[in-house]
Amino acid sequence: MHPAASVIVFTTLSGAGFGLLAFLGIGEPAPTGLRAFWFYLLGYGLAVAGLLASTLHLANPRNAIKAFREWRSSWLSREAVLSVTALIAVAPVAFGRVFLGQDWPVLGVIGAALCLLVVFSTSMIYAQLRTVPRWNTPLTPVVFLAFALAGGAILAGRLQAALAALAVLGCVQLAAWIVGDRRFAQAGSDAGTATGLGRIGRVRLLEPPHAGRNYVLDEMAFRVGRRHAAKLRILSLVGAVVLPGILLATLGTGVVVTAVAAILHLAGALASRWLFFAEARHVVGLYYGR
Amino acid sequence: MTSLPTTTERKLGLVIDLDTCVGCHACVVACKGWNTVADDGAPLSDVDAYGPDPVGTFLNRVHSFEVTPDDGGAARVVHFPRSCLHCEDAPCVTVCPTGASFKRAEDGIVLVNEDDCMGCGLCAWACPYGARELDLAAGVMKKCTLCVDRIYNENLPDADRVPACVRTCPAGARHFGDLGDPESEVSRLVAARDGMALMPECGTKPVNRYLPPRPRDVTSDERLDDAAEGSDRPSGFLGWLDRMLEAL
Ligand code: SF4
Ligand code: SF4
Repeated sequence: MHPAASVIVFTTLSGAGFGLLAFLGIGEPAPTGLRAFWFYLLGYGLAVAGLLASTLHLANPRNAIKAFREWRSSWLSREAVLSVTALIAVAPVAFGRVFLGQDWPVLGVIGAALCLLVVFSTSMIYAQLRTVPRWNTPLTPVVFLAFALAGGAILAGRLQAALAALAVLGCVQLAAWIVGDRRFAQAGSDAGTATGLGRIGRVRLLEPPHAGRNYVLDEMAFRVGRRHAAKLRILSLVGAVVLPGILLATLGTGVVVTAVAAILHLAGALASRWLFFAEARHVVGLYYGR
Repeated sequence: MTSLPTTTERKLGLVIDLDTCVGCHACVVACKGWNTVADDGAPLSDVDAYGPDPVGTFLNRVHSFEVTPDDGGAARVVHFPRSCLHCEDAPCVTVCPTGASFKRAEDGIVLVNEDDCMGCGLCAWACPYGARELDLAAGVMKKCTLCVDRIYNENLPDADRVPACVRTCPAGARHFGDLGDPESEVSRLVAARDGMALMPECGTKPVNRYLPPRPRDVTSDERLDDAAEGSDRPSGFLGWLDRMLEAL
């Protein structure tokens, strides 16, 4: 699938932002006053920046408001509804802490749950697609949630939670890659089933329907070189998991260390998300011999 | 509403005969023409049509495949038109967040209401068959409408009340009808020729069916041997010619 910058930035930043808001919601040492203000500013900033980035890839953003209508059937609509609900639900807790020095833990937990539901709904947009076998596994939501929790814990300065989340993230990310590499073959689609001609013999594209590109090819026939992908996987794992883990474990959670760890983590997360799209193969490629 | 109807009264669709299709792309052109001049909705646009990198919106594309039989016989070319199959379990409909994509309960046609589409492209991702193309000029999703503006159009003569691709196909390779009615002509064709659903493993339950190419006549090795130079006793006409030439 074409790795569109807007969608990669959106899923990565809003994931980390909602992860941070979730951790703030279940804050053991609940920050208050100015400290809380900076935390919430960062959480809201990331989540909202991500959501705004997501509108950049709409070809007809005038109708974006209608995306709230079909939450009964559509995960994309659920994501839109949930993200607005979560952002509103977190607001009173943030207000209480920043301006009143008050903490309402029950509201906080509800807000945190909604934030994680947003991330889950984002992941389900991809996981539901049978046309992209690599995405069509329960590991997709697991990886998205692991990224949100790890990013959120690092940003919130929760040392124990961050180390635990990073360990889990490393494992599920590796599992997703290993399982994902086999998914296309397992799903069982090939040029023979795509054309129905497999019942006669071996099918090969002789002549494509058009010489140039088209929307379907631009969107869905992206292929990334294998060696390229292998290198990026290592870089992403080192950036997102290994380096932040070592930094936090040895130097604690001071502001500078947290900032460096968070930037490394987000850079690794962006690389992983780029691969998530670039490595995903859509079955429509079978009609084009790709 | 992007929930699917549980059943549809009719299942209008196409039956495409891969034995007859000659790969002329007339259906592609007719479709492009009709959907570019028709009143409702944005035209099917082209970008950079006369420049070095032309790209345009089409609702029907014709691929050509080579099929090599498993038993080692000669390979053959099969021309393969590809368009929306108006699936019963259309994933393109249920993913749509705005309600722009829908499947009609009365005849099963899958349509996009362009006034509601936000151009997110998710429905195109959900379709296994590449049947949806985002119009780059209008920013809305385009797909085969089964010429809903022709088939019910009382201003057109009867013969024209079929999809433009069906009307134009010079080989008669495209058939239009109700696949929900087992007695319809298209249903009988499907039954007689073992019509195929594409990528059934994707769970979309397509309405459109493809008729597989008929098996080719197999040239018997015996006659090939007869005709071959140096075979000792040709029979039939060749044998006669052989004897006559010898007698000269
Ligand atoms: S062929 Fe594609 S666009 Fe048409 S109904 Fe099926 S899934 Fe939807
Ligand atoms: S591109 Fe339009 S029709 Fe397709 S899912 Fe998005 S809003 Fe719905």
